[in-house]
Amino acid sequence: MPRIVSITLQNTDDARPIIEAITTDNADCTVHSYPGIVKIDRDDNLTVKRASVEERIGRNWDPQELHLSMVSMAGNLDEDDDYFRLSWS
Amino acid sequence: MSVVAIDKNYADKVVIRDLVENFHGNQVVYLHWEDHLMFCAAMAFPLPPDMPFAAVVKEVLPTYYGMHPDFAKIDWAKVTWELDGKPLTPVLDKSLKQNGVGHKSCLRFWTPGLDGYKHSRS
Amino acid sequence: MNAPAKLGLKQRYSLLTHGLDWTPSYQPMEKIYPYAEFEGIKIHDWSKWEDPFRLTMESYWKFQAEKERKLYAVLDSFAQNNGQMNLSDPKYVNAIKLFLTGISPEEYQAHRGFAHVGRQLPGVGPRVAAQMQSLDELRHVQTQIHTLSHYNKFFDGFHEFSHQHDRVWYLSVPKSFFDDARTAGPFEYFIAIGFAFEYVLTNLLFVPFMSGAAYNGDLATVTFGFSAQSDESRHMTLGIEVIKFLLEQDPGNLPIVQKWVDKWFWRGHRVLGLVAMMMDYMLPKKIMSWREAWEIYFTEAGGSLFQDLARYGLKVPKYADVATAEADHISHQNWLTFYQYCHAAGFHTWLPSAEEMDWLSEKYPTTFDQYYRPRFELLAEQEKEGKRFYNNGLPQLCSVCQIPMVYTEHKDPGTISFRSSEYKGDKYHTCSDGCKDIFDNEPEKYSQAWLPVHQIFQGNCGGASMEDVLKWYKMNIGADNLDQAGSPDQKMWDEWMAARSRVAG
Repeated sequence: MPRIVSITLQNTDDARPIIEAITTDNADCTVHSYPGIVKIDRDDNLTVKRASVEERIGRNWDPQELHLSMVSMAGNLDEDDDYFRLSWS
Repeated sequence: MSVVAIDKNYADKVVIRDLVENFHGNQVVYLHWEDHLMFCAAMAFPLPPDMPFAAVVKEVLPTYYGMHPDFAKIDWAKVTWELDGKPLTPVLDKSLKQNGVGHKSCLRFWTPGLDGYKHSRS
Repeated sequence: MNAPAKLGLKQRYSLLTHGLDWTPSYQPMEKIYPYAEFEGIKIHDWSKWEDPFRLTMESYWKFQAEKERKLYAVLDSFAQNNGQMNLSDPKYVNAIKLFLTGISPEEYQAHRGFAHVGRQLPGVGPRVAAQMQSLDELRHVQTQIHTLSHYNKFFDGFHEFSHQHDRVWYLSVPKSFFDDARTAGPFEYFIAIGFAFEYVLTNLLFVPFMSGAAYNGDLATVTFGFSAQSDESRHMTLGIEVIKFLLEQDPGNLPIVQKWVDKWFWRGHRVLGLVAMMMDYMLPKKIMSWREAWEIYFTEAGGSLFQDLARYGLKVPKYADVATAEADHISHQNWLTFYQYCHAAGFHTWLPSAEEMDWLSEKYPTTFDQYYRPRFELLAEQEKEGKRFYNNGLPQLCSVCQIPMVYTEHKDPGTISFRSSEYKGDKYHTCSDGCKDIFDNEPEKYSQAWLPVHQIFQGNCGGASMEDVLKWYKMNIGADNLDQAGSPDQKMWDEWMAARSRVAG
């Protein structure tokens, strides 16, 4: 049974480009909308790439800025200067 | 099995809060009318150990359970009792203590034929 | 000229945390860390700890400050715009009374608990993570108090949350949960709160309250909720790292950890019964049933988690099957308890409407109509006769979870589940096999429990009468307590709405 990783973000202006970056860079995401939040599920792994977000917002972006928008997550975390990655394997 | 504690003598230092001597001459007794869950749980009472069992039946139960529509229909001759998990035939003119009711004893009673509002055990 | 090379995140983090640690040279480890061994947990190599997040203190302050700025701006705006008038119904406010009095003080307890383990664990990685969590929890209690202070201007039941936490009968339920965790050793604390509560069960606490707030017009609580949840993701990753680390360090840790997982799952399940009741009965606009939430957040998500942890030999918590069976019952049983005891509570209760009962029938097809609808009908009849039922007696409390013993045998939901144990010649009653096992494992601990009903009988709660006790609780009699109907809250709300419709023409 594939294990789902997940990231839940607040549905704000700040998070919108992040959500777009995630769904563009990670094939076959399922996006759920709930009041005020967006939950993105994917099999096994999901990566938020700094470059993808920066491209969309037109300024330098630190992946740790995710802390300002994140509501919840599921999966083992690996983070570095250029990415924020959740995975089970 | 010894308790896991940083102090090896922990078990000797425990101060038990609900020793009977803390209840001013009373003991704690729990009463429960089975099949009548309008009363959400058994009730706790501080009762003198020398209180006659009859007083429980004639005073305590009506005060706390009387508002249930089944209460007036109880046939006291048919009521069955259980004390701390064992069947009890209470001797009404003897005290709680003499009937075996001790500190933190649990008294459950059934009123055969009466199983709550619309037989829902409420 | 090239800009000087910057250290990568992983390196930076390591230098600023692990890099600042040292091996003591003139005091023995056991003296510096006196709590580290007594629980029997064996750690061979602290360096194997994998930092869940790589947040340096500098980044931490930066992001937390930004969250605070945003949160307080929303709270100010809510206050200025009289946001409290946009709630779906004044009954909703009782849910957040329960939150401020029942949950917020536990955030403070968590702050203290993590501060303790953040000092007492020999490993620098968990110490740093625990210290950050301690700060997070303090932030949570502060922001919750601030958020709910606005409601305190208008509604009853908020004004003495701190005083009441240490005294009121139903608040001893969450209080004793944390007292139990904080008086355990650091490893048990970490499993109890970091893993069982903040990982396995956290969504069952936050999603209902926060979604409930969103659905019922409580923008202030929603905003607080989102602000806290970003901290919660760090807490969750800490919890999962703790359990993996302990299980990987030594096979001998497994039975100890399993016992803690069993205990704290059960204790957590009992505390969450308050949330179950809130979801099913206290939200005018309902999100989903407790049963549905349990299915999603425990059966599915938890199932997945324990599948993952099975490789260490860890098993699904004992009595998980009982908890799942109870999901069809506990919300009703708990609400019925507060219905009949709200003359002694700091919030109001009421009977569900016909519409609400139909929703409950639909959500609980195997239990509601059989056991609980008739009970509500009986209570409705009594209300109609002007004899709204308030239970005159005090309930028997479980010696472990401290909840009134209202839970029934899962194979016979018409019979209360009575369990008992003996310790040093005295009897101790518990509500379930789960609580009985906990008692029997550490009777030394639970025989010291401060059980509110017994304390009242001992004369330690202000006096013998209900009025004496409520005064000692600092409850405003006739305002904080009793039914929603006729309450000052309801009267005030009705006046607001009448004024509004006059203005609207």
